[in-house]
Amino acid sequence: MKKRHKKALARIGSAALLLIVLHFLPVEGWLRFALYLVPYLVVGYGVLRKAALGVVNRQPFDENLLMAIATVGAMILGEYPEGVAVMLFYQIGQLFEDYAVGKSRRNISDLMDIRPDYANLETADGIAQVAPETVAVGSTIVVKPGERVPLDGTVLEGVSTLNMAALTGESAPRDVAPGDAIISGSVNLTGVLRLRADKAYDDSTVARILELVENASMKKARTEHFITKFARWYTPAVCIAALALAILPPVVRLGMGLPANWGGWVYRALTFLVISCPCAMVISIPLSFFGGIGGASARGILIKGSSYLELLAKTDRVVFDKTGTLTRGSFEVTGVFPEAGVTETELLQLAAAAERYSDHPVSRSLQQAAGPLPEAMTAADAQELSGRGVIAVVDGKRVAAGNLALMRELGLEPQGDSAAGTLVHVAREGQYLGRIEIADRPKPGAAGAVAALRHCGVSRVVMLTGDRAQAAEAAARELGITEVRSELLPADKVAELDRLLAEGESGRSLAFVGDGINDAPVLARADVGVAMGAIGSDAAIEAADVVLMDDDPEKLALAMRISRKTMRIVWQNIVFALAVKAVCLALGALGIAGMWMAIFADVGVMVLCVLNATRALVVKNL
Amino acid sequence: MQKKYGIEVDCANCAAAVERKLAELDGLESVTISYMAQKMVVTYADGVDERTMLREMRKVARRIEPDFEIEG
Repeated sequence: MKKRHKKALARIGSAALLLIVLHFLPVEGWLRFALYLVPYLVVGYGVLRKAALGVVNRQPFDENLLMAIATVGAMILGEYPEGVAVMLFYQIGQLFEDYAVGKSRRNISDLMDIRPDYANLETADGIAQVAPETVAVGSTIVVKPGERVPLDGTVLEGVSTLNMAALTGESAPRDVAPGDAIISGSVNLTGVLRLRADKAYDDSTVARILELVENASMKKARTEHFITKFARWYTPAVCIAALALAILPPVVRLGMGLPANWGGWVYRALTFLVISCPCAMVISIPLSFFGGIGGASARGILIKGSSYLELLAKTDRVVFDKTGTLTRGSFEVTGVFPEAGVTETELLQLAAAAERYSDHPVSRSLQQAAGPLPEAMTAADAQELSGRGVIAVVDGKRVAAGNLALMRELGLEPQGDSAAGTLVHVAREGQYLGRIEIADRPKPGAAGAVAALRHCGVSRVVMLTGDRAQAAEAAARELGITEVRSELLPADKVAELDRLLAEGESGRSLAFVGDGINDAPVLARADVGVAMGAIGSDAAIEAADVVLMDDDPEKLALAMRISRKTMRIVWQNIVFALAVKAVCLALGALGIAGMWMAIFADVGVMVLCVLNATRALVVKNL
Repeated sequence: MQKKYGIEVDCANCAAAVERKLAELDGLESVTISYMAQKMVVTYADGVDERTMLREMRKVARRIEPDFEIEG
């Protein structure tokens, strides 16, 4: 507990004690007033001072003023216990609020516990433990098992497994070996690693993520702005209404020849002021957003501001970029179709051998599928024919591997067609040997992700791609996507997105999901730009509104569920607080509810709203 | 130039009121206060001395909320 909490608690405790004692003390008149003034000032001094400061600064209308007028009024009317009690409970509410906010803040920083405490720097005289901030780029650092990687770097020596759960929310470990780039914030599990620091601490992934989460609460949502504005008009309005309630009925009564009953009506007006305090909403709404953003970041979803959380909750159209988002973004061999008399292995090996020296993605996938090649399969005189394929001499014979155009040049007319991928035809000495299908496969969770989005109420899922129509259609069918726009140039993607944006209903938003690398303009244009698998990519983190740390497309649906839950909590609190206030205001104006009930309603609603708001942080089972 | 400061403020409304008042200061392009994060982000206008401005901001903030602290 902080010092200021202790102080507040001491004041509340002593005032409460005095109030109880005074209740049993049979004193009357001025002495009674003077005695009650003691607990009143002990507990209410801060509020009275702030209210006075507000008046001096000509910004008087806040809850301090409401409470000050109400309690001073009660004291003047001679309702001393009420005056003290209202102040007392108001302060209890404030203390609770302060405590709850501090608690959520700590919870979130625990969830985001990725900050490294130290780095083991290799120096001339052995290893020194230093602050990560002080390590220069290019230095060598050592990370032992169980330690957190302090800076982004490249492995120089050692083999190990990394746990990236704190960054991505996924617990599957990742193996690393010399040459691999690794990111700060992950935990080294098994072996000792020597790293070269590639980035200073401030530019490292950890620092950037922490910065991002912290800044998120600065971008306020429309609902938050609405409440701030609402509070600005609401408080003066309530004060005027209270004034009217205090003056008009007695005047009317006088006019009708009845006794005015000033005291009674002023008391009602003061009750009215206590009830109208807007604290419950003012605090619980930002607290909900804060919780939602914090909870999401613990699951590897960085939402860059409350406003995006709000938009995400209203998303009904999701546009995916295909490559690298729904598909793996790398080619792999998906089929081998040799002609009669040729084996699958032979065909693959020949193609791989011919393509050996090409660094085209197609070649890489062939090498991977063929595995280590036999001695005899060494290619010589390799000739890359751009856009068509390769011709090389393998085992003394001319082997051609490439597309249909290349085969036609050789006077061959191969059969076969691939819906999903690209075909590599192989010929040797003018004889056609067969074809190999290469495709960019959908990610394992992609179809499930599309289904989960539909389940969340997304009515349109659209796939944009620069790919051929046939390949795009095939992938879309497999994923359960019905709307596909294919063969798009980057500029076409922007135009297509604009069209989709224009087609939406107002009050609904569109999310675009990309890998964040070459789709920055589209990301920026969408209502919510989502970058996937963005960990380690500064450009993607910069361009997107929502960052999915790993490349699991299912995280988008999770982000939507978290957003929806948060917005549900926000609206529950708004409706609940306003409803209780409205009922109590009516009861207060009619003289049914007194000041005791008013303060209980006020603090009670606030406590319930704050407790409800802290639910936003719980995203485990969403 | 944009700078971030840790702050100490104990009520959401005060934070909003301070934010409003600070935004009126000459020499600041924008001020955002997050009560939740207990952070303040300030964009200074060109050629403004940070230390002088910081002193000014503290003065204004304390007039509204005596417990308002700006660290740094």
